[in-house]
Amino acid sequence: MYQYRRFNNKNGFFQKFGNLDYILLSCLLILGFVSLTTMYSTDGGEILFHTRSHFIKFVIFFSMMLVISFINIKFWFSLGYLSYAVILGMLIWTMNFGITASGSKRWIDLYFLNIQPSELMKIFIILCLAKYFHRMKAQHVNSFYSICFSLIIIFVPMSLVIIQPDLGTSLLIALSGIVVLWFAGLNHKYFFYSCLLSIISLPIIISFLKPYQKLRVLTFLNPDRDPLGAGYQIIQSKIAVGSGGFTGKGFLKGTQSYLEFLPEKHTDFIFTLFSEEFGFIGSVLLLLVYSIIIYRVIRIGAISRSYFAKLFCYSFGTSIFIYVVINMSMVLGLLPIVGSPLPIMSYGGSSMLATMIGFGIVMSAKTHSQQSIA
Amino acid sequence: MININISDSATKLNSLNRRMFILATAKIIILGGIVSRLFFLQVKENKKYLTLSDKNRIREWKLPPIRGEFQDYFGNTIAGNFEAYQLHIIPEEVEDFRYVIYRVKELLELSEKQFKKIVKKKNEIKPWETLIVADNLSWEKFSKINNHLYDLNGVKPVISISRDYPYKENFTHVLGYVSQANESDLLTNENIKEKFVPGLKVGKTGLEKSFEQKLIGSNSVERYEVNAYGRRISQLAFQKGDKGETIKLTIDTKIQELTNELLKEKAGSICVMDIYTGAIIAMHSSPSFDPNSFVFGISQDEWQLIRNNPMKPLVNKSLSGNYSPGSTIKPIVALSALENEIIKPDFTVQCKGHKNPLELYGQTYHCWKKEGHGFVNLREAMKQSCDTYFYEVARRLGVDRLSVTAKKFGLGQKVFKDVFENEKKGLVPNTEWKKNALGRNWVLGETIITGIGQGFIQTTPIQLCLMTAQIANGGYKIYPKIVANDDNQYADKFTPLYKKSRNIKIVQDAMFSSTNEVRGTSYRSRLDDPKYRFAGKTGTSQVKKITERDRELDLKTFQIPYEERDHALYVAFGPYKSPRYALSIIIEHGGSGGTVAAPLAKELFKMIVDRHEIRKNYDNKKYLDI
Repeated sequence: MYQYRRFNNKNGFFQKFGNLDYILLSCLLILGFVSLTTMYSTDGGEILFHTRSHFIKFVIFFSMMLVISFINIKFWFSLGYLSYAVILGMLIWTMNFGITASGSKRWIDLYFLNIQPSELMKIFIILCLAKYFHRMKAQHVNSFYSICFSLIIIFVPMSLVIIQPDLGTSLLIALSGIVVLWFAGLNHKYFFYSCLLSIISLPIIISFLKPYQKLRVLTFLNPDRDPLGAGYQIIQSKIAVGSGGFTGKGFLKGTQSYLEFLPEKHTDFIFTLFSEEFGFIGSVLLLLVYSIIIYRVIRIGAISRSYFAKLFCYSFGTSIFIYVVINMSMVLGLLPIVGSPLPIMSYGGSSMLATMIGFGIVMSAKTHSQQSIA
Repeated sequence: MININISDSATKLNSLNRRMFILATAKIIILGGIVSRLFFLQVKENKKYLTLSDKNRIREWKLPPIRGEFQDYFGNTIAGNFEAYQLHIIPEEVEDFRYVIYRVKELLELSEKQFKKIVKKKNEIKPWETLIVADNLSWEKFSKINNHLYDLNGVKPVISISRDYPYKENFTHVLGYVSQANESDLLTNENIKEKFVPGLKVGKTGLEKSFEQKLIGSNSVERYEVNAYGRRISQLAFQKGDKGETIKLTIDTKIQELTNELLKEKAGSICVMDIYTGAIIAMHSSPSFDPNSFVFGISQDEWQLIRNNPMKPLVNKSLSGNYSPGSTIKPIVALSALENEIIKPDFTVQCKGHKNPLELYGQTYHCWKKEGHGFVNLREAMKQSCDTYFYEVARRLGVDRLSVTAKKFGLGQKVFKDVFENEKKGLVPNTEWKKNALGRNWVLGETIITGIGQGFIQTTPIQLCLMTAQIANGGYKIYPKIVANDDNQYADKFTPLYKKSRNIKIVQDAMFSSTNEVRGTSYRSRLDDPKYRFAGKTGTSQVKKITERDRELDLKTFQIPYEERDHALYVAFGPYKSPRYALSIIIEHGGSGGTVAAPLAKELFKMIVDRHEIRKNYDNKKYLDI
């Protein structure tokens, strides 16, 4: 036993190296490559700002993920509350000194890059809640105190993001938090009642929405209501996807994006462009890559020894699944338009950073799967 | 109890794994949903979205179609096309509109008024619509613009095809004219709406309007790929449109020009018709105007001048002028009386002159001749146009029987059916009509004046021409036509309109005497050469009732105010030995038919008969070619 542990410590680095999940890594690299080619297409077949910037970010954050993989999962456990508090502080900072772009205050200027704390919160709320429930005894999970406390953890950042205003991200933060609650074993009836409550209160919530948000809901229900105004995005997006057909129009031949009919093609609607150029086959393959990634993440959770690592991996995997599903449903006209990027594919540093930190922690859980946390 | 054995963390892990399993199932279902949505959009509905995507990116630009031409019988173009040099600006594509427009103003030497008009037009249209700055530039100005193009960003010199009427006012009333399509054109004609492009010219009157469907042709289409902002990226296709059909008319330009010449400075109409085929050889209404001035929009001053002219150049008198036929109706009255066996050719009436006029129920009916004609039979009465004779004939005949014959010979109905939308029907009255239209009973006095073509009866010049043609061809029904290859297949074509062909002969002979025998009303206008000799009937229709005072004054035509002067009419056919052509002449407020209208027929027949040879040869040659 002692011998083994010494051996383990001595060859720690190589051992960890060998313990990396290479299937997950290669899937992430494939995704990175696909996102770069798609970005290249959005730039009209040239290496312009978006492609270059996306490439740099991908390389930096991917390396960062590898670095994180070698950091002991214990470190992330200990950092759970602190990181949450820091991001919360950043959100408050954003509220006062944020950069305003297209009508909402979402970014803070860190001199070398602009960061969007709300995107980071999507990951760190999982970390924070995972730590919270890791420490909790099973019989206390459904206690009034713990439910109240976890709900506060969710509601504070959510409301800070809503007032930016950024409905999409705040919903995703809330969903990430709720996923952790679900895995932590919160009684089903709470989910059932809160679902019922939110459906009943939906009309009241809608009356509190901003006019442009109300318009989005109405547009979702009937995109042809205002085809050149509010319904434009969703109609053009559906046209792009639909016209792609079975095999797609071919790389760099997506007329909808090339002729600038597609809105926000770099960010939220990147899947539309991908789907137009690579068709049904390409889209299903992309979905397959995402499915493998999510599967690997959950598998890592399954083999982890510590409850914290399990909870984090399951929740993170499920969150990625939710981001992908919401983004795709949105561009395919199944959900109203809310700002939600497609992980790794969409252009955007903060989203990429957050996702990569998440994968890094998952990878760290893999390399330290035998590690138990007290 | 059992709980004691199971550790706390194991409970947590159990619940975690169970919940993971539930969620994994849900995830697979949701993924399946997304894939099926993708399948629905990309495979099942692919066609629909592919068309929508093409609709997005492909935009078509229609170019104005090239209008079909009009040709006369000999293939001369009487309404053609020419290249007009134009200047177009699309305001959206111009960076500094103010600068460019002032520069253009300088170069084209536009007046302040024209300039204001252009600026006003610019404000009315949408920024992406074409603003036509100048529609018919001279070559000098056009090349000047081309030389300064480097300075005129967004200005497009365009060579466009436009209407040209080489014979100016000669064919105006036959062809009509074209002008910019306006809103009502678009509303009434689907075809125009479909082919509309800014600057499209459409027929406004006459044949140009009636044959719009055939003439308009089809648009050439340029297909471009455009981006979301409507900017053209690349041209994908050019689809050449068809030119409109060429329509060949039966008109002989030489004769048409002569009619214009003869009617110069007069208000009136001349119609010439082939008595067998019904082909219109010439049809002119005077005064006329130059249709070319309408093509690019007529100036207000010019328009007012045309509109306010008391001789009414805008009215096509040949088709829509309703005139009392006057004595030109007498052949029909005589024919009707003979056909109904009311009179025999040797029926005689004594015309006693103004001292002893016909008197009926307190009304007196005078012959035109003061001294009276004495005892006249039918032939003499036609020759000298004795009114008293025809009062008596009409009295015996009655208006109902007269109206039957008159209608049979084409009076009281449209000659060209729907070809000309401005054609009038005229009016052949009878007792029933008066009862229905005016609610009063017919009185005998009205029958009597109808006998000399006064009163209710109204005819158009083309009706009189058709009537004469049908008398001249021996009394057979014909259908007039103005389009050459319009072989009207009417079942009753060439059916006899008479009961006894001898009656037609008698009337023809009486008309012959009127022109070619001494004391005939148009004797002075006769042509002695048998080759050209023609037969005719004069008419002088009163515009206002002649009072006793007028009769005593017996003023000459030029002493009467223009508005109150008589209309001069003449109908004729020739050459008499083998008739081929019939004509009708009307000079509004010209005075007496014998002195004003008949001399024109003399000029016309000389040319008509000469041109007949050429026409015949042209026909034969055509057959040889086949």
